[in-house]
Amino acid sequence: MSGAIGKALLRKEDRRFITGTGQYTADVNYTGQLHLYIVRATAAHARIRGIDTAAAAAAEGVVAVYSAADLDTGGIKDMQPAWMIYNTDGSPMHAAPREALARGKIRYVGQPVAAVVADSLVHAIDAAELVEVDLDELPAVADFAGALADGAPLVWDDMPNNRCFDWAIGDSDAVDAAFADAAHVVSSEIVQNRIVPNALEPRAVIAKHDAALDEYTLHVSHQNPHLLRTWTCAHTLPMNESKLRIISADVGGGFGSKIYQYGEDLVALYAAKTLAAPVKWVCERSEAFLSDAHARDHKTYAELALDQSGKFLALRVKTDANLGAALSNYGAAIPTVFYATMLGGVYHIPAIAVQITGVITNTVPTDAYRGAGRPEASYVIERLVDLAARKLDMDRIAIRRTNFIPMNAFPYESPLGLVYDAAEYDACVDLAVEKADLAGYAARKTQSKAQGKVRGLGLIVYTEQAGAAPSQAAIAFGADHAWFEVATVRVNPDGSVTVLTGAHSHGQGHETTFAQVLSDQLGISIDDIEIVHGDTGKLPFGIGTMASRSMSAGGSAVLLSGRKIIEKGKKIAAHMLEATLEEIDFIDGFFKVGDSDRILAFQDVAREAYRPANYPLDKLEPGLEETTFYDPPNFTFPAGCHVCEIEIDLETGATLLDRYTVCDDFGVVINPMVVHGQVHGGLAQGIGQALLENAVYDPETGQPLTTSFLNYAMPRAGDLPNFVVDEIDTISPSNPLGAKGCGEAGTIGAPIAVMNAIFDALHPLGVDDLKMPATAFKIWSALEQAKHVGEQNNV
Amino acid sequence: MYKFDYHAPASRQAAITLARDNDESQFLAGGMTLLPVMKLRLASPDSLISLAGVPDLEGVEVSPSTISIGAMTRHADVAADPAIREHCSALSALAGLIGDPQVRNRGTLGGSLATNHPAADYPAAVLALDALITTDRRVLKADEFFKGLFETALEAGELITEVAFKVPDAAAYEKFPDPASRYAIVGVFVARFGSDVRLAVTGAGDHAFRYAVAEGALAADFSVEALNDVSLDSAELLEDLHANSDYRAHLINVLARNAVKRLLG
Repeated sequence: MSGAIGKALLRKEDRRFITGTGQYTADVNYTGQLHLYIVRATAAHARIRGIDTAAAAAAEGVVAVYSAADLDTGGIKDMQPAWMIYNTDGSPMHAAPREALARGKIRYVGQPVAAVVADSLVHAIDAAELVEVDLDELPAVADFAGALADGAPLVWDDMPNNRCFDWAIGDSDAVDAAFADAAHVVSSEIVQNRIVPNALEPRAVIAKHDAALDEYTLHVSHQNPHLLRTWTCAHTLPMNESKLRIISADVGGGFGSKIYQYGEDLVALYAAKTLAAPVKWVCERSEAFLSDAHARDHKTYAELALDQSGKFLALRVKTDANLGAALSNYGAAIPTVFYATMLGGVYHIPAIAVQITGVITNTVPTDAYRGAGRPEASYVIERLVDLAARKLDMDRIAIRRTNFIPMNAFPYESPLGLVYDAAEYDACVDLAVEKADLAGYAARKTQSKAQGKVRGLGLIVYTEQAGAAPSQAAIAFGADHAWFEVATVRVNPDGSVTVLTGAHSHGQGHETTFAQVLSDQLGISIDDIEIVHGDTGKLPFGIGTMASRSMSAGGSAVLLSGRKIIEKGKKIAAHMLEATLEEIDFIDGFFKVGDSDRILAFQDVAREAYRPANYPLDKLEPGLEETTFYDPPNFTFPAGCHVCEIEIDLETGATLLDRYTVCDDFGVVINPMVVHGQVHGGLAQGIGQALLENAVYDPETGQPLTTSFLNYAMPRAGDLPNFVVDEIDTISPSNPLGAKGCGEAGTIGAPIAVMNAIFDALHPLGVDDLKMPATAFKIWSALEQAKHVGEQNNV
Repeated sequence: MYKFDYHAPASRQAAITLARDNDESQFLAGGMTLLPVMKLRLASPDSLISLAGVPDLEGVEVSPSTISIGAMTRHADVAADPAIREHCSALSALAGLIGDPQVRNRGTLGGSLATNHPAADYPAAVLALDALITTDRRVLKADEFFKGLFETALEAGELITEVAFKVPDAAAYEKFPDPASRYAIVGVFVARFGSDVRLAVTGAGDHAFRYAVAEGALAADFSVEALNDVSLDSAELLEDLHANSDYRAHLINVLARNAVKRLLG
């Protein structure tokens, strides 16, 4: 161990990112490339009577205009969900596939309907206006009430009541019994607002086809090129996986939205082969609002039963999840596998029962977005705990400590079947309370009051199942793919190292942190280690980056391959030093025999590996390259405590986020600066959901009302305080690095930390019901209503 | 964006002539509203006449009674101008609150006024500081300039060249920004000229307007309390996703009181 783990090294990749020399998909250009533009639905729900492409096809520069019929002829099939969820009666869910181009029916505004390929983007856009789509408009359903009402219009003719699935987990009999005997019950109706992911780099693809070899290359801004390849070849464009190379070089943010297949990829591949030319598509920002998978969008009723002393007895949750108009790859898995299983949070709750209804509406499909189900779960349980503390007049920290899964209970099997590996919740709370200066809170509250404002405190404790492993769990839950990760460590003859990883960095900093893992092992500089990702033509088959899994699964694969390199290196060193294998130690980058002067640098061994002059070839292969497919035995369970202080201006309803403190338990931290950066970004997005972001549809027409940054509010630096971030490090036993993952944690804790602080401030004023985002207008309206109710009660 | 012709005249006269000869042309100042709308294909002028190369449209001149600002002066330059800050810091502050740094470094005073976005900041200052808007053909009074939603007194091809704000005895601008766009959900500009008070509101109606009742109340008694009994008919005010008309009416009074507080403070 050379000590590279745990150092706050500057990120190697940032030089090219901040000097504009990154290689994003839109930067890729081929001679003779054509440009693709997508004609999108402007109605939310309609039958397509016909699509007249004649005028568009005749327009200047146009090479081809496609509709669904062309793709059908070309053998392009619909995109299938990657997870199969089963109804409570054992039948499979309705798989509501996504069509690359709408076939027969339009189901949401923004759905791709036709595609124009031209010699320039301007020609393609001009011609797109000439495509005539003849529609019979149908009444639309955009929200739960509309979709689930008796006699509601059906988004899919063969899906009764727009119910995609009715799924359940837990023991409802035990829960009913516990509620019947409970001393106290608290309940809450909770709405998770719909979110648009808004990666800085919009999606983009450029497809080309080599006719001589009948091979495709697809450059695409993506988080998991191998899974995309499998999905593409298995379901939508049948071919051998060896015939499709997917390259996702630099990617400017994904947040989940780039895990999936999208129709534009398929149209580009089809067009590239059919037209024998590279075909490029770059999403516009306004298209991204209508076509990137949205997220969240739940309506939940949750109840918690407690005994006289404040011990939790049972939890009952019923959630409707808006899946959009069709199923994105992970769409059905997020409210079930990723959300429902985590509803118990950090608490020992003996009985839990959860029912999820997957609802189809005339809206953009929803799927994973940073946190993916876990922010929603964390919100439910941490809201109920605050309500319970109030009802029983208990301290918010005391009620939490009373109910924490005790340290001696780990590994802890939750009533929902997950095995929490390791955590120290009390220690997280202790550190967070200290760092947040909770002792000074009362004085700050008084000070706010003196200025005519109200201050509120939110304190929450979260955990999550992260690391997206093991494969066994994925497959048992219904996934069509595994959750291992791969790493090849390739030592070059000069001793420099190339690491091929199946994990994908789209902002996470793997080029630095994965190099730190290996540098720590091999004792060579991180500058001598190159990380290669995002190219199925170069890499062994990997899974990709989602669910905070890169370090715990991908980093561990690097570590294990590094260990294999050392073992192989020892064999080579033993041969070179004429020693036995047992005599060789590897310390700080040197192979040595005991304390003698028989010593070889790592580079000497690397050179010999590729110049085996007098090798014992019967015992030792040349070369120094090792691959590990690492399948962790379990998820990891990052945890932490968020403390948020807000101040509300009662005159305007505006919320000032004054102080924000987090103490996380991420296990072993490879680079604290990178980890804190991940936490900051996660917090910003969680706070965005709580205070600012909201994707709104007109419930009558299904028209989206927030389709640009003019009316969809993203958090800006000025909306955020300076975060105080610290951590403890309970080592995860679920992987050899002991890392837990940090990418989503901020987003998981923040929405409910902020909202609990707002409820804390507003409860004395009679406001107990407020839906995210808690905008100034909404808070002011709630205060006005509470005043009105108060006045009526006084009459 | 649809195709358009782009002209880059080097003189004021050339710009005006181009506009006269091209019915479907538009002047391009900072382009902060026009270009996004063109990109979305919601506007399609046949030609744009860039004012970037036209001399003498930019700059600030300050006298004890007047702040004259060239139409092509950028918001960032107004915000940073020391003479403006000295004579009317409320105007500097207003310019510094427009949009975001990118917008402030491109957007111009003349462009903002000619667009007359209902939630733009400058129109509030123009009304409250009783500005004179000089064009290539006349001088317009603030009170006769803003006519409707995105509608002004400007004739086709008429070019704003300079805006002269009266230097008040004291002034304050209070803004409640929309968190997404940073336009004003409501903005209130209060200016005192001797015993006279001018109070203008932006963000709440089809265009910025003076709030006469409040002006009268404050002229009689310049105090926070003077605003207690004045209110606007919210039925006249805008409603959108981010605020209904009652909230806007309420915010107008809150911001007006805050402005008065600041001026008394």
